[in-house]
Amino acid sequence: MTTIAVIAEARSGHLKKPSLEAVTAAKELAEKAGGATVTALIVGSGLGAAKQELAASGADHVVAIDSEALANYSGDGYAKVLVDALKELAPAAILAAHSAMGRDLAPRIAAALDTGLVSDATALHFEGGKYGATKPVFAGKAYKKSMFDSQPFMATIRPNNWEAHTGGSADVKDASTSLSAGDLKAVVKELIAAATDRVPLQEASVVVAGGRGLKGPEHFHLVEELAAAFGPGVAAVGASRAVVDAGWREHREQVGQTGKVVSPTLYIAIGISGAIQHLAGMRTSRYIVAINKDANAPIFKEADWGIVGDAFEVVPALTDAVKSAVG
Amino acid sequence: MNIVVCIKRVAATDSTIKLGSDGKSIDPSGVEFVLNPYDEFAVEEAIKTKEATGDGTVTVITLGSADAQKELRTCLAMGADKAVLLNAGDTELDAFNTAAMVGAYVKSIPHDLVFCGKQAVDGDDSQFPSRLATILDLPCVTEVQSLALEGGVYTAARDIEGAREVVSCPTPAVISTNKGLNEPRYANLKGIMAAKKKPLETIDVTTIAPATTVAELTLPPERPEGKILDTVDELIAALKNDAKVL
Ligand SMILES: Cc1cc2nc3c(=O)[nH]c(=O)nc-3n(C[C@H](O)[C@H](O)[C@H](O)COP(=O)(O)OP(=O)(O)OC[C@H]3O[C@@H](n4cnc5c(N)ncnc54)[C@H](O)[C@@H]3O)c2cc1C
Ligand SMILES: Nc1ncnc2c1ncn2[C@@H]1O[C@H](COP(=O)(O)O)[C@@H](O)[C@H]1O
Repeated sequence: MTTIAVIAEARSGHLKKPSLEAVTAAKELAEKAGGATVTALIVGSGLGAAKQELAASGADHVVAIDSEALANYSGDGYAKVLVDALKELAPAAILAAHSAMGRDLAPRIAAALDTGLVSDATALHFEGGKYGATKPVFAGKAYKKSMFDSQPFMATIRPNNWEAHTGGSADVKDASTSLSAGDLKAVVKELIAAATDRVPLQEASVVVAGGRGLKGPEHFHLVEELAAAFGPGVAAVGASRAVVDAGWREHREQVGQTGKVVSPTLYIAIGISGAIQHLAGMRTSRYIVAINKDANAPIFKEADWGIVGDAFEVVPALTDAVKSAVG
Repeated sequence: MNIVVCIKRVAATDSTIKLGSDGKSIDPSGVEFVLNPYDEFAVEEAIKTKEATGDGTVTVITLGSADAQKELRTCLAMGADKAVLLNAGDTELDAFNTAAMVGAYVKSIPHDLVFCGKQAVDGDDSQFPSRLATILDLPCVTEVQSLALEGGVYTAARDIEGAREVVSCPTPAVISTNKGLNEPRYANLKGIMAAKKKPLETIDVTTIAPATTVAELTLPPERPEGKILDTVDELIAALKNDAKVL
């Protein structure tokens, strides 16, 4: 039976949401390909909870490679054990999330397997016996559909483009590896958690972003308060490059061409003009709200809903209204 | 120290993208081509490394068409020592055959450090650096935002979702550079003059076949006309009833 492999990712013992989305994408693709099973692979240490989450993701099979040496991500280490496992599994297709890990790892695996890879895919295809994928190119100003002439098919998928499901129960197989810490070349020495308990920018279902219209770093609390109003674990704070370059916010919050690409259900742009390089990072959001005092700001062309007004008046009112709606 | 930098000529991010008549590529007329912005960080880091160690050669390499000589000259003007154009003419390239061809060439020359940008802003692939490292069998850290070399070992930091990873990486290594790593220098007039005398070698290459074929390039669907709302209450209603986020 043909199988489609998903390379899943755990952090702090739990499965990352984009990995669940990748399982959904794999199941959809399996159906298009006329029936295939989905095998999810996961590498790490202390995978107990993550294995259970993956077993209930809709996948048919789970393979867990638990190794002390691989507790932290290691590009060469993870690639080595996964390439070995994938050679044995011989899947027709391999998917992973387009996360920091996926971006680093998938091309290594593709190179080792001598095959192609479509990164940051927003649609997957099976046509005339060939796999393919569509992805945004030129910062979202065009979409490119590529079909595969090599095997296996590989793609990393853009977070928030497929739904994560729970339900089902896969069989879980524990695989071992002889890899030891001494075999790793580049190793993670330290993980410095961001000083916030908010959801990572690329995984948040709501992103509230602020720009130069906020006038100064001392006013960014307006953005933070609106994000917090959506309740715990829902919204993340983003920023335009102008305010990152001015030192008001950290680069990790920058949305756009030279920052992060986000695709949340809701993106709220506050005092952001909507330069093309900013749009590149948020244009595929499901719904876009713009709050700007200039009715001609380009951001309004992308927005589903806009309020022309002063952020200093609109945002506190919106925060209160969201708070009471959330309850 | 032999420092190699891989660069790419790309459409400037503010260019208007029009489709070519084949429906598979862009119409290059009216598009301004530039050095990939992330590669500026890679070139800067290479020159800085050379300056810090006091000896070494910075070689910039690209696989592409003859037009890319312009971007190679830009790197020479910034301070790189020599440039190599792997001239593939108009052959169709994807990450697979690009990394294979550049990888084979880099293997044939001395390389203690290899720098790339994190992403070329045309295809937005973020594939080449990891592929190159695999082909060269070198350790690799991607999307690096801070870098320190001590005793032949790099300490590199990169942002991942919700955290910062600090990675220890022996050299030789492949490093892909992100914004924040450094402030790329501009090519001044003196640099531009000096670049004219620096070696730029062109090697004609016949590439292997790509692993993927472009079926179609399309423009993004127009977003439906947005609505300007007068009150916060109207917005809350839209978020509740249409977006269903509340
Ligand atoms: C190679 C390159 C890469 C780039 N990458 C990125 C990137 O990744 N991300 C990014 O964001 N940009 C990027 N840029 C920069 C981009 O071109 C813009 O300069 C930037 O996005 C502008 O930020 P802004 O919208 O915050 O500021 P501005 O353009 O100054 O806009 C401020 C807006 O706030 C509004 N405003 C002012 N006061 C108020 C008020 N009281 N209430 C409400 N609204 C108000 C104004 O009407 C205006 O529309 C890049 C540029 C280049 C050349
Ligand atoms: N044709 C090429 N020639 C040389 N280097 C390249 C080429 N394409 C990409 N690169 C390098 O790989 C990085 C990432 O590109 P990509 O994987 O295409 O997003 C770029 O920033 C360059 O440093």
